[in-house]
Amino acid sequence: MKKITTPLTDDIIADLSAGDQVSISGYLYTARDVAHKRLVDLLDEGKELPFNIEGSIIYYVGPSPSKPSAVVGSAGPTTSYRMDAYAERLMDVGMKGMIGKGKRADNVVQAMINYRAIYFAAIGGAAALIAKSIRSVEIVAYKDLGPESIRRMEVEDFRCVVINDISGKDLYEIGQSEYQIGPDKTN
Amino acid sequence: MREISITQIIEAVRKLCMDANYRLGEDVLGAFKRGLKTEESPNGKAIFEALLENAEIAKTEQVPMCQDTGITVVFLEVGQEVHITGGSLNDAINDGVRKGYEDGYLRKSICDPFTRINTNTNTPAVIITDIVDGDIFKITIAPKGGGSENMSRVTMLTPSGGKNAIMDFVVQRCQEAGSNPCPPVIVAVAIGGTPEKAAILAKRALLRDIGSENPDLELKEMESELLVRINNLGIGPQGLGGRNYALAVHIIKHPCHIATLPLAVNLCCHASRHKEMVL
Repeated sequence: MKKITTPLTDDIIADLSAGDQVSISGYLYTARDVAHKRLVDLLDEGKELPFNIEGSIIYYVGPSPSKPSAVVGSAGPTTSYRMDAYAERLMDVGMKGMIGKGKRADNVVQAMINYRAIYFAAIGGAAALIAKSIRSVEIVAYKDLGPESIRRMEVEDFRCVVINDISGKDLYEIGQSEYQIGPDKTN
Repeated sequence: MREISITQIIEAVRKLCMDANYRLGEDVLGAFKRGLKTEESPNGKAIFEALLENAEIAKTEQVPMCQDTGITVVFLEVGQEVHITGGSLNDAINDGVRKGYEDGYLRKSICDPFTRINTNTNTPAVIITDIVDGDIFKITIAPKGGGSENMSRVTMLTPSGGKNAIMDFVVQRCQEAGSNPCPPVIVAVAIGGTPEKAAILAKRALLRDIGSENPDLELKEMESELLVRINNLGIGPQGLGGRNYALAVHIIKHPCHIATLPLAVNLCCHASRHKEMVL
């Protein structure tokens, strides 16, 4: 288990390889489909983003509403490919990490090599368990989007695994080829 | 003629929405425990452990097991001897969904397909009604997450392709879906009918208990063969590699037109949620 803290630096990222189990402490920013579109629209218009994206990790999540006694509702990752259309633009302005689930497009994997950024997966559907590692949450933009608004989450010992590293390796491909057998084998 | 008031229906739907999202079925938990035993990959084993822990937290703390509390699919079985009193049945179902999602701290995930503006109520629900004999009134609430719904497909095969084409399509669908639908998944397959009939039957096939036997011997054999082929792809829990991609394959078939061979594949994430109540 590798322990890392935010913001992410090139040194932290250079030390991470596909398959590494990672524990993250610090701050994550949440954004999913519509929030990504708005962020990229701002960049297109030459405007400032609503948070400091330099060295940041964006967590693809739309939490369920929190009960009055809790800091956050259930908060597991959503599928990442829907953010593929926006990921490179955000890497270009300093985003260094992404947390989601599922395979990324080839151009996003290549962009991670070019911009020295990293992609982690958290366990999709383990949302009540993942919420235990979230210490505080504040909405920083787009409150009108409800579950899709951008939040700043303080996390401690947030568990995930490295899927794509800066050498271009992909844990989904490595893992599957290790276990596939029989006539439907693809490689 | 048996009378059922909409107030009973609203309350039943409200409660079922919460129950379905808080309490994973015993059949799914049993499948996780079997997966934990049979999984060869250390990552895969750790995922089964996390999913069992997650289900326990959700049940104990009465919080949704997944933040995606789904689009609310409602199966109704309504006896033709039943008379609904006090208002509209559809409105009652949607009222129950709205209340369940609000009172249960469940995420509202339903939006306009173009503007993407959220309805903020998780309505309208998708209501599938069967009118049956007698005076039964049964409600099943099956919240379905977007991630696995996105990986589901309906296709029209050529009849000459037969069973082999069906099996190949299902295996290829799983291969292409990979980690996206939150494996371990349940693979529901419906063969026949029309495109829309197949889609509904596949969704209904998800309601079957994991581990229950298909009474049709031919389909039972297809299920076993598909389960092996799918799991041999090696995609594993969460797509990280392993032996358990699918917990079960459930197949339904239905007669179709002499020119067609409709096929629907509905993948369901491991949060395979459904709760039912008979009023």
